[in-house]
Amino acid sequence: MSKNIKSISNPKLKLEVLTTEEVQKIHDATLWIIENVGVRFPSKRALEIWEANGAAVDHEKKIVRAKPQLIEDALKKCPPKYILAARDPEQDCSLDGNHVYLGTDGCGVEVIDIETGQKRTSQLSDVRDISRLADATEEVGFHWVPVSAQDVPPEARGLHEVRAIWENSTKHVQTESIYNADEAKAAIEMAALIAGGKDKLRERPVLSLMQCTAPPLGHDGGSLDAALLAAEVGIPTGFMTMAACLTTGPVTLAGNLAVGNAEVIAATALLQLACPGAPVFYAAAQTASDLRTGAYTGGGPEDFLFGAATNVLSDFYNIPLSMGAFATGAKDPNWQAGLEGAMSSFMASVVMSDMLLGCGFLHGSRIWSFAEMMMDCEIFSIMHKMMKGIVVNEETLALDAIAAVGPGGHFLAQKHTRNHMREIFLPEFMDRRPYSEWESKKDDARDWALAKARKKLKEHQPDLLDPKISAEMAKIIKSVEKE
Amino acid sequence: MSEEMYKEMAQSIIDGDSDKSVELAQKAIEIQMHPLDAITKGFVVGVNYIGDQFGKGEAFLPELVMAGEAMKAAVATLDPELRKLGEAREIMGRVVLATVEGDIHEIGKTLVGTMLSASGFEVYDIGVDAPADKIIGKAIEVDANIIGMSALLTTTMVRQREVIDELEKEGLRGKFKVIVGGAPITREWYEKIKADGYSEDAIGAVKLAKELVGKE
Ligand code: B12
Repeated sequence: MSKNIKSISNPKLKLEVLTTEEVQKIHDATLWIIENVGVRFPSKRALEIWEANGAAVDHEKKIVRAKPQLIEDALKKCPPKYILAARDPEQDCSLDGNHVYLGTDGCGVEVIDIETGQKRTSQLSDVRDISRLADATEEVGFHWVPVSAQDVPPEARGLHEVRAIWENSTKHVQTESIYNADEAKAAIEMAALIAGGKDKLRERPVLSLMQCTAPPLGHDGGSLDAALLAAEVGIPTGFMTMAACLTTGPVTLAGNLAVGNAEVIAATALLQLACPGAPVFYAAAQTASDLRTGAYTGGGPEDFLFGAATNVLSDFYNIPLSMGAFATGAKDPNWQAGLEGAMSSFMASVVMSDMLLGCGFLHGSRIWSFAEMMMDCEIFSIMHKMMKGIVVNEETLALDAIAAVGPGGHFLAQKHTRNHMREIFLPEFMDRRPYSEWESKKDDARDWALAKARKKLKEHQPDLLDPKISAEMAKIIKSVEKE
Repeated sequence: MSEEMYKEMAQSIIDGDSDKSVELAQKAIEIQMHPLDAITKGFVVGVNYIGDQFGKGEAFLPELVMAGEAMKAAVATLDPELRKLGEAREIMGRVVLATVEGDIHEIGKTLVGTMLSASGFEVYDIGVDAPADKIIGKAIEVDANIIGMSALLTTTMVRQREVIDELEKEGLRGKFKVIVGGAPITREWYEKIKADGYSEDAIGAVKLAKELVGKE
C-alpha cells in the first residue's frame, strides 16, 4: 500500500514575493552582518576551520567575522541537486527544485492518544505508530522524528527514534533530534547499515539532519559538531533559522530575514569549507513573536510571507529549502489550525520549497494529533491540485460539449464530462452533506480524520527492515547508552 | 517641585527611556531627594502603570521590557546612595534563574525574569546552558529565596531533577523554593521531581513566586 509518494511538481501558479533587487539587498545586508557583526560558532572545530580559511575569529566570544568573498566562494560549492534516499529506492525524494514533498513535523513532547483521546507524554511506541501511518500515507514523502521517545534514556534517544522509523517505514528519515557528536557518529553508523557501507551514504543518504541555528546570529556547539560529521560522509544537513520578529530577530520582516539568512548561510559556508560539495539545504521557520506574551506563534501573516520569501533566498544560493509549514498555535484541530495550515503550505508550495515540515502538530509544535496529521495531508492534496493551475487548450475549452448541450440543459451526460470528471478534487474531510444528516450525527472532519488514521494504522504493514540490520542498530545504540 | 519630578520619573519609565531615568536619578541625588522616595513615589509608579497596561493587553512586551531596563538603570544609579544611608529597597524576594545545562532556549526564561523584576523581585539571571553547581552556587551566594529553571527539551528537563537531587544531597533543599517551566514541563513532571511549582507562562510564574514567598 502506498508505494507512491505525492509531490508537487511543474506548478502553473506563480507568486512574486520579492523582486530581484530586493533579494540582492537582503543578500548584501546579510554579508554586511557576517563581516561586521559576526556570527557565534561555539565549537572548537568550527572555529579552527574558520581561522584556517582566513576569517577573523574572536576565540573568547567565539564570534566569527568573514569577508563576503569567503562566504560567496564557499556557497558556490553547494550541490544544487541531490536525493534524499529512501530504504526503498522507489521512494527517494529528489531535491531538484521541481518537487515539493511533505514531511511529518518533528520532536513533539505530547501526543493526543489515538484510542483514548487523552493528551499524554510521548514515547517510543508513538514514534513507531506515527511512522507506520506516515508510511501508509502517500502525501507524506519523508519522515521527521515526529515526537520524542521519552521512555528511553536521553543520551541515546535520538538513535532509538531513527531506528524505530526505519523499522516501520521505507521512506527517507530526517531528524532534528541528533545534535551532538556522539549521537551523530552512531547515527551515521546506523545509516551506513542500510546504505550498505559508510562509503555508500554519499550516493544513498538514507538519513539527513536538521540543526537549529541559535538566533540571533548564533549556533549551538553540539549541532555544529554533528553537522560537520554528517558533511564528511555526505549526509545532507540543513541549518534552520527560527529567528522571531521582536525577540530573537528585528521586528521588521526584512531585517528578520537578513538575520536568519546570516545564520544559515554562514553555517552552510562552514560545511563547504570543511567538506566542499557536501549536500546541504537551507531550512527556516521564521515567525513573529506574540506582541503580548512573546509566545512562539507558529502561524499568522508574517509566517506565511516568510514561507514564500525564504525560497527566493535559497534559490538565490541555489540550494534546496526545507520550509516550516503547517505550524499552528491551535490547541485542537480547528478553524485556526486549518487556516494556518492552508496559508503556510500554500505560500511555501507556490514558490516550490523542496520540503514542507510538517504535518501533525498542534500548540506551537508541541502536541501530536493523528487527526491533525490526516487533515494536514488533505490540505497538502489540495495544494497539489491547485498548483496544477488551469490548463487551457482545445480539449479543456470543451467547445464540442458546449455545442452539444447548447443553451439550457446540463453536462452530466457528456462523454467529455466523464473523461475529465476525475480531475475534480474529491475531499475526504469536507462536509458537503445535507444539513439534516449533519444534525443527526453532529460529526465533522476531526472524527473522519481520526477514523481514517485508526483504520490505516490497523491495516498497514510496512516492509520489514532486515532483522540483522535491526539487531546491529540495537548494538550501536547500546554502546551509546550510559550504564 | 518634587511632585513634578516624580511625574517625570514615572514618565521616563513609561517611555522606556533609560538615559532619561538615569539623568533623573542623578538629579535626585544632587537635590538630596531621598532615594527611596525617588524609587517608590517616582519610578515605581511608572513600572506599575506599564505593568497594569500590559495586564490589560494594552501595552506590549517591548514596552514592558524597556520599562524594566529603564527602572533597572535608575535603581542602579540610586543604589550607592541607598547603601550610604544603610537602607535597602524592599524587595519581594531573590530569584536565581537559568536555563539548564545542554539547553540554549532563552526567550521564555528571560521573559520570566523580566516579569519577576517588574513585579519587585530581585532577579539573578545566569543565562542558558547552566550546570547544576553554577545554579546552586549562585543561589547560595545571593541567598536566594527561589531557584527558577527553564528547560525546553525533553533531553534536558531531567537536569531540573538533578538540581533538586543535588540540593537534597547537600541538605539545602529546604533553603530554596524551586520552580520550573518550559515547553515539555507539565504538572505531572513538576510533581514527580518534587519541585515547588511550575507555570506555563510568565504571568503565572510571577503569581507562583509571590505565593511561594508568602506575598500573595
Ligand atoms: C524558539 C525555539 C528555539 C530557538 C530558541 C532561540 C532562543 N534564543 O531562545 C532555537 C532555534 C535556538 C531552538 C533550538 C533548538 N530547539 Co527549539 N524551539 C523553539 C520554540 C519554537 C519556541 C520556544 C520559545 O522561545 N517560546 C516562546 C517563549 C516565550 O515561551 P517558553 O519558552 O515556553 O517560555 C514560557 C513558559 O514555558 C514559561 N517558562 C519558561 N521557562 C520557565 C521557567 C520557570 C521557572 C517558570 C516558572 C516558567 C517558565 O514561561 C515562559 C514565558 O511565557 C519551541 C516550541 C515551543 N512552542 O515551545 C521549540 C522546541 C522547544 N525546540 C525543540 C528542539 C528539538 C530544538 C533543537 C534540539 C533543534 C535542533 N536539532 O537543533 C535545538 C536545541 C538546541 C539546544 N541545545 O538547546 C523542540 C523540543 C522538543 C523535544 N522533544 O525536546 C521544540 C518543542 C520544538 C519542536 N517540536 O521541535 N529552538
